[in-house]
Amino acid sequence: MRTSSVLSPRRWVIYSLLSLAALFFLLPFYVMLVTAFKTMPEIYSTGILALPSSLNWYAWVHAWSAATIGAASSGIHGYFLNSFILVIPAVVISTAIGAFNGYVLTHWRFRGSNVFFYMLLLGTIIPFQIVLLPMAWVEGRLGIAGTLVPGLMLVHVIYGLAFTTLFFRNYYVGIPHDLVKAARVDGAGFFSIFFRIMLPVSTPIIMVTAIWQFTMIWNNFLFGVVFTQGGQQPVTVAINDLVDTVTSVHMWNVDMAAAIFAALPTLLVYLIAGKYFVRGLTAGAVKG
Amino acid sequence: MGRLILKDIHKKFGKDEVLHGINIETEENQFLILVGPSGCGKTTLLNIIAGLEQESAGDILINDRRVNDLSPKNRDIAMVFQSYALYPSMSVRDNILFGLVNRHVPKNEREQILQDVAHMLQLDHLLDRRPRQLSGGQQQRVAIGRAIARRPALFLFDEPLSNLDAKLRVEMRTEIKRLHQQLKTTMVYVTHDQIEAMTMGDLIAVMNDGIIQQLGTPDAIYNDPANRFVAGFMGSPSMNFIPVTVCQGDGTVWLELRGEGQSASRLPLPPVLQSGLKSAVDRQVILGIRPEQITDPGSAREGSALHTMELMVEMTEPTGADTLVFTRLNKTPIVARAHPSTKLVQGTNTLLSFHMERAVFFDPDDGRRLA
Repeated sequence: MRTSSVLSPRRWVIYSLLSLAALFFLLPFYVMLVTAFKTMPEIYSTGILALPSSLNWYAWVHAWSAATIGAASSGIHGYFLNSFILVIPAVVISTAIGAFNGYVLTHWRFRGSNVFFYMLLLGTIIPFQIVLLPMAWVEGRLGIAGTLVPGLMLVHVIYGLAFTTLFFRNYYVGIPHDLVKAARVDGAGFFSIFFRIMLPVSTPIIMVTAIWQFTMIWNNFLFGVVFTQGGQQPVTVAINDLVDTVTSVHMWNVDMAAAIFAALPTLLVYLIAGKYFVRGLTAGAVKG
Repeated sequence: MGRLILKDIHKKFGKDEVLHGINIETEENQFLILVGPSGCGKTTLLNIIAGLEQESAGDILINDRRVNDLSPKNRDIAMVFQSYALYPSMSVRDNILFGLVNRHVPKNEREQILQDVAHMLQLDHLLDRRPRQLSGGQQQRVAIGRAIARRPALFLFDEPLSNLDAKLRVEMRTEIKRLHQQLKTTMVYVTHDQIEAMTMGDLIAVMNDGIIQQLGTPDAIYNDPANRFVAGFMGSPSMNFIPVTVCQGDGTVWLELRGEGQSASRLPLPPVLQSGLKSAVDRQVILGIRPEQITDPGSAREGSALHTMELMVEMTEPTGADTLVFTRLNKTPIVARAHPSTKLVQGTNTLLSFHMERAVFFDPDDGRRLA
């Protein structure tokens, strides 16, 4: 390794390009952040990139608890909570079933299990729009249409299964089958092997799957707008309503504050668990 | 303890039959080796004994109890795997105790067994470690400890030493053999390594193509092979196979041999082989003779069936204990084993003694033993 602290031209180019890319991705967030702290007159009088004259919290408070969304004027906090009520069980259930599917598909193969797996894989390339009508029909039959939980949750669980199963299947394929054989000789059964041998070594892939599912479901707009109404809607749909519900002037600062609120949970998930995400994606199998 | 009887075991995967009627019967406390090249069906057979795979036909008896319909945990067996298969999330202690907990063995009894096993395998100081914190040899010992803790009627080993380095492999070989003498339980041991087979087994089943080619003691397998496959598979370097013509005249039977650039010479045979080859006179057969049965004259044991020939040295390989001599007979490359002090010069002729009393003969077409 060279120890010179002077940047070579080659390094300089690389860092410049990286900085440019970072700027490109951070700029929209910067605009959102500064706008959310400005007053409306300030927004009109200063440039889009200008810093606010002072930290004005009005937009944040208003977006959280007073903005008019649809018919009610109580901000996005209720919808924010809705998203959590939706996401948590949906992530837990789809991850759990995915883990179980992956376990069966790798270590308890049955006749046609490969065909089953490839059909499930098809699910990962089906666009959201295609499942809307059949899903609506099924939800109607089940009598859960229009509800957040279990209605919308079920949609996300089913749609997510293809992904979660794929993740766990690819992870468990790397776990030696001898482990299962050894456990069977040791008197462990189907479930006992899953819970006591497989799950304890699955932390990296559980993290990957949970982050993936959390992000997908939290950020999803289409299923939310189609399958829920009124006070049942998740925060992504509420933001759209907030922006649409224009009375006299468009409150840019409130819109921005609300959008930041909505983006915060996924941002936090990445900051806290991001290293597991990278580790899980690169982890092949259990060694020795 | 631990008599194993296999009666006419067949196994089919779809249309492919991989085991064509396996019959084995062990005594109590025997060390049975299943040996053969990869794909010969030895591991499948072991899995069938364990109950991890379902046989297509046949009976499995452990201690005279038919276990065909019992799940692995109820067959009174324990198994050691090539990959060790230690549970990665559990400590050494929990790995050893896992089977006992599943079997609801009382706690104080479990502790006693754990102490005994740890002591026997010198694992005492490793009990709280995780498998990934152990070396390969230690992992293997834990895997064996886990099997011993069960106190089974039958131990099954699936190539347990293949993942170890050469030195450790030899050590563990001795350790497993000692364990067998200590535990006095039948062990079934799968390997593709013929040296492991010869050194460890009381009874060896040489398998190929889903058939037992020969079942016998190491001595019988080595010195009295049933066919050319067994003869070629066991022993290193491999047995020499030389195509020869059987000739008869003046009331004796001999073989015609020809070194490179030499005229044909007669190789006389001991009387037993002469009568065995009567039916093959004037035909070509395969002479099987092991490298250690072709030596320098100085190392030759005095015997009636000794014959000396001068052959050209093509190459030598000193192994330390002795030197392998590569030469050619009847246009076939052969290997001889000479004392390291023998003067050998590449490209010159040297005298080699053939010990014919243990020579064997095979049919050139199907490899069956002729004499």
